[in-house]
Amino acid sequence: MSTTETGNSSTTESAVSGLDYEETQLTLAPPGGSRSEFERKRGFSEGVGLSLETKDFLSGSSDEPPISGAGEPSAAKAQVVGWPPVRSFRRNVLKSCTYVKVAVDGTPYLRKVDLEAYAGYQQLLIALEEMFSCFTARNYPNERRLVDPVNGTEYVPTYEDKDGDWMLIGDVPWK
Amino acid sequence: MTYFPEEVVEHIFDFVGSHRDRNTVSTVCKAWYQVERLSRRTVFVGNCYAIGPERVMARFPGIKSLSVKGKPHFADFNLVPYDWGGFALPWIVAAARLCPGLEELRLKRMVVTDDGLELLARSFPNFKSLVLISCEGFSTDGLATIATYCRGLRELDLQENEVEDHGCQWLSFFPDSCTSLVSLNFGCLKGEVNGGALERLVARCPNLRSLKLSPAVSVESLNKILARASHLVDLGTGSFAVDHRTDVYHMLMNSFPKFKSLRNLSGFWDASPCCLRAVYPVCTSLTVLNLSYAPAIQGDDLIKIICLCFKLQKLWVLDSIGDKGLAVVASTCKELQELRVFPCDIYGAGTTSVTEEGLLAVSSGCPKLNSLLYFCYQMTNAALITIAKNCPHFTRFRLCILDPGKPDPVTDQPLDEGFGAIVRSCKNLRRLSLSGRLTDQVFLYIGMYAERLEMLSIAFAGDSDKGMIYVLNGCKNLRKLEIRDCPFGDIALLKNVAKYETMRSLWMSSCDITLGGCKALAAKMPRLNVEIINENEETYEFEENLSDLHKLEKIYVYRTVAGPRNDAPDFVWTL
Repeated sequence: MSTTETGNSSTTESAVSGLDYEETQLTLAPPGGSRSEFERKRGFSEGVGLSLETKDFLSGSSDEPPISGAGEPSAAKAQVVGWPPVRSFRRNVLKSCTYVKVAVDGTPYLRKVDLEAYAGYQQLLIALEEMFSCFTARNYPNERRLVDPVNGTEYVPTYEDKDGDWMLIGDVPWK
Repeated sequence: MTYFPEEVVEHIFDFVGSHRDRNTVSTVCKAWYQVERLSRRTVFVGNCYAIGPERVMARFPGIKSLSVKGKPHFADFNLVPYDWGGFALPWIVAAARLCPGLEELRLKRMVVTDDGLELLARSFPNFKSLVLISCEGFSTDGLATIATYCRGLRELDLQENEVEDHGCQWLSFFPDSCTSLVSLNFGCLKGEVNGGALERLVARCPNLRSLKLSPAVSVESLNKILARASHLVDLGTGSFAVDHRTDVYHMLMNSFPKFKSLRNLSGFWDASPCCLRAVYPVCTSLTVLNLSYAPAIQGDDLIKIICLCFKLQKLWVLDSIGDKGLAVVASTCKELQELRVFPCDIYGAGTTSVTEEGLLAVSSGCPKLNSLLYFCYQMTNAALITIAKNCPHFTRFRLCILDPGKPDPVTDQPLDEGFGAIVRSCKNLRRLSLSGRLTDQVFLYIGMYAERLEMLSIAFAGDSDKGMIYVLNGCKNLRKLEIRDCPFGDIALLKNVAKYETMRSLWMSSCDITLGGCKALAAKMPRLNVEIINENEETYEFEENLSDLHKLEKIYVYRTVAGPRNDAPDFVWTL
């Protein structure tokens, strides 16, 4: 279970992590200490400087603030051609997968949502409400807000962009 | 034996099934050679450039079934340039002229054109079965000609091909008189499908047992098809996601219980968890389940379905199954023989969720496991050693640790001992793919113990030429060796040149092979084609500009009786 702390104590947040497939971030790290050996090899000789990090947006421990200056470096690094060894057919089928993980702070599990299934932020929010409806109730039918029935705190939808910053949904155009 | 009349010898040869045995039988004496060649019905050509098509057809005029493979395996991972070769047309042309009785054609990793398909469709009156795997170069127009002219077609099986979409009408080209289809697989097509034509085709083919649909086939269409095809044994769904509040959904939920013979399920291209429930009624009789194209199905939903599949023999899933899900596989699927776990997150931003724990569980719970493809985040020597002990029957063991060169995370050691245990324990191992941090030691083990090994794939491994030399000097049944990003150079390449004539092919890319090394190899072994694949346009005029010390990016070496090929593109130089 992940809890995301924020600087603001009066609201808790539902977080959507964006997995931006356009700017793939897969990079490669040689095992500690043997960098020179890998640099000798042709594939690495262009000084591409590969280092593999798996970005793990939501499963950090509870004392890891999401808005941290020391977040994962997101400099675009080159991908190794043909690695992992997955056939193009499969890559293409899964590439069109625009699923993102969604967590509501305080809930025990995450959900996955296909961004392509929604035409805009409003539809996405409605869908998220339905998914997490057991934890929230909408008091005001004509207002798009999620309210926790237990303690009345409001949920605000946010997402983590590729720089590791938490952003409020709605500022960036849907596309 | 030459005192027996030919008919008797031929009858005896009918019992000699395997290609290898028939090849051996044909070398005994001229009489046997003649009897064998005239009675041969099936030919398999593992490398389309190893022999010319006319020579094959002239020797075996009576063949009914031909299988040909083209590009090297690493073409699957974009390591072979697009127009390298592997053209099917010369084979179709030769067969049309010399073997008009052909009934089956099976092509893998070849370039097939619409013209080729049309020639095929028109040339063989008894043609029954076309299987194309990982091919490209054709469109739905070519499929339309197959549909039109192949009377009595039984099987059209298109697996993972790149097919250009020229419209959905090709299915309508199957005439009303076509009622013979047994197997139809067009899962790889990307374009629209004419639902009505498909439904009518299925309705008039009472022998249809295998049907695999593309993602464009709607759930509505699927419902109508399922209503008419209750004898299906093998089903690949089309689209598999609809709102649970619709009539279509309710129909789907009721479509599966009546299937008494269904054994294989696949497709599920965009499957949603609630739609997946539709197949629960058939799970208890399933032997094959492929959910590896369904990223929306999470671990918990996978577990719900796997819990029911206690007869499963083959399972393909995404790593979203997790170690927890694999533990459920281990406790439920006692008949499991083949497991493939693919990475969900190829483009790398989330976590992969299987480790050595999942595989350990399956190895201990599934005693019949013999074939594995496993993409994981990490592996330990201890786990591999235990897995080797639990599963001595592996024939195919392919492990891909996603981080190249990653050592055992517990001990920080290379995985030499783990893979060593695998090759020592699994005496029938025919195919092995290595990954993780590996030194020359693992190759010493492979050379020593992997006696039945036929195919070995190596990436980011080894320390020196010794590694490759151990393999070439051992592994007496090695047929295909493919290597990328390893520190193997000319010394290794040239140490045991005779070995390459006992093998189908050698691929090396991003290693330390030089032009001089390849020249030396070509000079010593005239019956090998030593192909240099050079995509760097500046060095096209290589003869003049390149020194022997120039390092080569990609080489492909294969035995052949056909000499250098005449269809090589500019960037391929055969020494």
